[in-house]
Amino acid sequence: MSTARDDILSNIRRSLGVHGKEAPRLASVQNRLAQTPAGVIPARGQLEGETKTAMFIEQAEMVQASVARLASAAEIPAEVARYLREHNLPATIRMGADPLLTALDWNATSMALSQGPSTGHDLNAISVASAGFAETGSLMLTSGQDNPTTLNFLPDTHFVVLKTSDIEVGLESMWQRLRARFGKALMPRTVNFITGPSRSADIEQSMLLGAHGPRSLHILLIETA
Amino acid sequence: MKRTRLWATVLSFPISFYVLPPHEMTIVPAETKPKPRVGLFATCLVDLFRPSVGFAAVKLLEDAGCLVVVPSQTCCGQPAFNSGDRTTTRDLALQVMEAFKDCDYIVAPSGSCTGMMAKHYPELFLDDPDIANLANNFAAKCHELVSFLTDVLGVTTVAATFPRNVTYHDSCSGLRELNIQSQPRKLLASVEGLTLTEMKDSDVCCGFGGTFAVKYGDLSNAIVTEKTSQVLHSGAQVLLAGDLGCLMNMAGKLARQGKDIEVRHVAEVLAGMTQDAPIAAAPSDKGQRS
Amino acid sequence: MSHASTSPQFKANTRKALGDTQLQAALGHVRHRFIDKRAQAAARLPEFEALRDSARDIKDHVLAHLDLYLETYEANVTASGGKVHFARNAQEACDAIVGICQARGAKTVTKGKSMVSEEIGLNAAIEAAGMVPVETDLGEYIIQIRGETPSHIIAPAVHLTKEQVAADFRHTHRHLPAQRDLTAPESLLSEARGILREKFLAADVGITGANMLIAETGSSIIVTNEGNGDLTQILPKVHIVIASIEKIVPTLEDAAQILRVLARSATGQDMTVYTTLSTGPRRADDPDGPEEYHVVLVDNGRSAMLGSEFEEMLRCIRCGACMNHCPVYHAVGGHAYGWVYPGPMGAVLTPSLIGVDEAGHLPNASTFCGRCESVCPVRIPLPKLMRHWREREFERHLSPATIRAGLGLWAFFAKRPVLYRFSTTLGMRLLSIMGRAKGRFHWLPFTSGWTQSRDLPAPQGETFQAQWHRAQKAANAKPSVTS
Repeated sequence: MSTARDDILSNIRRSLGVHGKEAPRLASVQNRLAQTPAGVIPARGQLEGETKTAMFIEQAEMVQASVARLASAAEIPAEVARYLREHNLPATIRMGADPLLTALDWNATSMALSQGPSTGHDLNAISVASAGFAETGSLMLTSGQDNPTTLNFLPDTHFVVLKTSDIEVGLESMWQRLRARFGKALMPRTVNFITGPSRSADIEQSMLLGAHGPRSLHILLIETA
Repeated sequence: MKRTRLWATVLSFPISFYVLPPHEMTIVPAETKPKPRVGLFATCLVDLFRPSVGFAAVKLLEDAGCLVVVPSQTCCGQPAFNSGDRTTTRDLALQVMEAFKDCDYIVAPSGSCTGMMAKHYPELFLDDPDIANLANNFAAKCHELVSFLTDVLGVTTVAATFPRNVTYHDSCSGLRELNIQSQPRKLLASVEGLTLTEMKDSDVCCGFGGTFAVKYGDLSNAIVTEKTSQVLHSGAQVLLAGDLGCLMNMAGKLARQGKDIEVRHVAEVLAGMTQDAPIAAAPSDKGQRS
Repeated sequence: MSHASTSPQFKANTRKALGDTQLQAALGHVRHRFIDKRAQAAARLPEFEALRDSARDIKDHVLAHLDLYLETYEANVTASGGKVHFARNAQEACDAIVGICQARGAKTVTKGKSMVSEEIGLNAAIEAAGMVPVETDLGEYIIQIRGETPSHIIAPAVHLTKEQVAADFRHTHRHLPAQRDLTAPESLLSEARGILREKFLAADVGITGANMLIAETGSSIIVTNEGNGDLTQILPKVHIVIASIEKIVPTLEDAAQILRVLARSATGQDMTVYTTLSTGPRRADDPDGPEEYHVVLVDNGRSAMLGSEFEEMLRCIRCGACMNHCPVYHAVGGHAYGWVYPGPMGAVLTPSLIGVDEAGHLPNASTFCGRCESVCPVRIPLPKLMRHWREREFERHLSPATIRAGLGLWAFFAKRPVLYRFSTTLGMRLLSIMGRAKGRFHWLPFTSGWTQSRDLPAPQGETFQAQWHRAQKAANAKPSVTS
């Protein structure tokens, strides 16, 4: 008995009038996979230096994220404490094992720290983005011990640290970074691109923030680690 | 297939083969530019329901320096095409191409029929390269009236007066198949006394859709009701468009709603020929003379 | 196992929809919000039209090489520790998914929004196997508790008003205080968030759809705004992706091209809030994520569309722009179409999947206004494809006898110009005399589809051709004085 897989593939080949071994077709597929042509990249993100950073901030704020610019990572604990205090939120924070975060001096604040993935009971979490891009003000976070994926979705308030030097042009630059870090065609389990806080327009098409994911997204843009 | 081959042969000879004796073929006055010979494709609806649009088209074309001819004609075949009847469509397309073969241009006061001839005739003969070639050449000569005046002949103004507040509906085929949007507005702007007030969603379908209006009358009615509410909301006294199908649909709805809005084809206003009663109005209710 | 359709009753469905005042109120929101937002997003990006071309070309390339990309994709999913299951039809797809759930002893199954899961009737299959499927997209959750199907492919509850949703929540969430205030949409969202948070945390298996599958890496991509698709896949022990075979794209770069047109066309966003790539199960040192990753690839009639005149429909990326811009959809909403996929894309796809005998009305119920094609991010010529269905119906004599007879009579005259001129001259003269008093008809035989709701303008009198030819004859008969 033929399997579903074989049937589907042979139906496709019958419809296309091919047998699957044609050299030009194989070459066309192999070339595309090997060369990964880029296509159209909008000019909007193709900026340098401070104008690129400004574009990132403009785009992120347009989708209701808030952005704080900090001179160095050392300012992160105070900024997180300030944000929580000003929004009347409890002084707790959960994080992964990212060395950038664990190396910080959190004692100066009176926040209750905890570490590890979220089980759904954490109100606030902080993660480090592996990069961001100016075209749409989006952040890229990858799964692992450093920044567990559950922290991106379960807490109400999500702080994300991004180095200005990690702000790139668009998605294409994210692919280059992923390939450089994990190897060509290899990926971490989860790659999240996050563009603003969670929302829904499912009731009468009016946009409301805070659907299932975080109600607020606060980006901490740092000049140096 | 045999019949289409025969047509291909007939159509493949130059126009002069049929219309001029051989010794006359070379006589072309050197200094006077000959008038373009424009075949008016009146369209079924104009021919049957509103001849005044045909005469308005003739006037506009002649004023712009064209020699207008009206070959014996029936229909472009669109009703058959959109009903899935390819055989009848092809027969009618061949008939139209033959009737207008000696014209430099084929012009119709309708985006819909022009779209059929200019965009869809070539699709009908993809399996027959000879006829496909002829259909492509024919299609390239087909133009909607207003865009022909502006885009081909370079007309920028018309000599007409119409001291009324009008709104303009963009008929779908003209808008999306032929990119007709700015052209009628440009010429309307040159009509003395005329004020154009845009309605909201002027580019949204009126719900006519040919046989759709009869086959799915309830749906068509819902769509035209939305359209007439935008027309009324604009506050305009007169509704204009470039396709008689849409106009009859909207005029019929406005009449049923008891609304006193004058509905006309844009060519009537541009030609200054608004002496006839508006669409769906009693003949005694004469329009404004311009 | 597939959904039963009410498409043959399309006309009755539309009459019901047109008379439904709550539905008409809800549809008012579709008419402008989606359209304005898409137009703004497109205007904000100068490269938008070039990206549409690029997206179209990518999908065409994939379809021409679909067998090879499927093999590559499967190999890369397997290499990253996942498993691919092929399903020829709805039944096989449901069986595969139920089998995976049962192997883990699942009780609760959370689901992200997936149109193909609607197509195969997955919820019914999960329930029949004794498990509880929980839709987690807010719109899908609302229609699930109402026992309805989606009326829109990206806004499943677009046919409802907030008052209807409030009533459903009161009826369903009986453990909450009866006097609570649910007038604001915010309070409805907040209540759903609380209820569904518990379901996310309790689920044994999470099922999501896929906006794309990437052959290069074996990844699946979902785009959401709520974050429900992510909670569905990272919390349970098992993540199952269900997708139809044409969702494949070659590379990450190709995915980026399509992402740039997808959200803009759908909701007018530059990017949705969450764009997530999932590849295999959690890695050895990952602190969270699923332990198993399965992909169920569904054919269900698509391989037969390849190479046919309907192949271009397989470019569809399910953005919903066609229905957002469709006057027919605006008038009646999605349920009238009678099956899973509404609007112009449904009018082409539904006959391909359930047969034109069943869904014959859908490609006919279009004015061919072309607005759908003008906004389609992958430039599917939707009116042309609907017309191809009409051709198939005509060839098979499926179109209504009255229409065929009327068309036949008209064609008889249209093909005989002399007879046509003679008879129309007489006919129009007669009609104009009949309609002279008012200039229009309130009623005429055989035109009830038209005249039941609007008047038919009367002809002016003699036909244009009759007048023209008489004038020409008169001009030619004038005695020539000059030569």
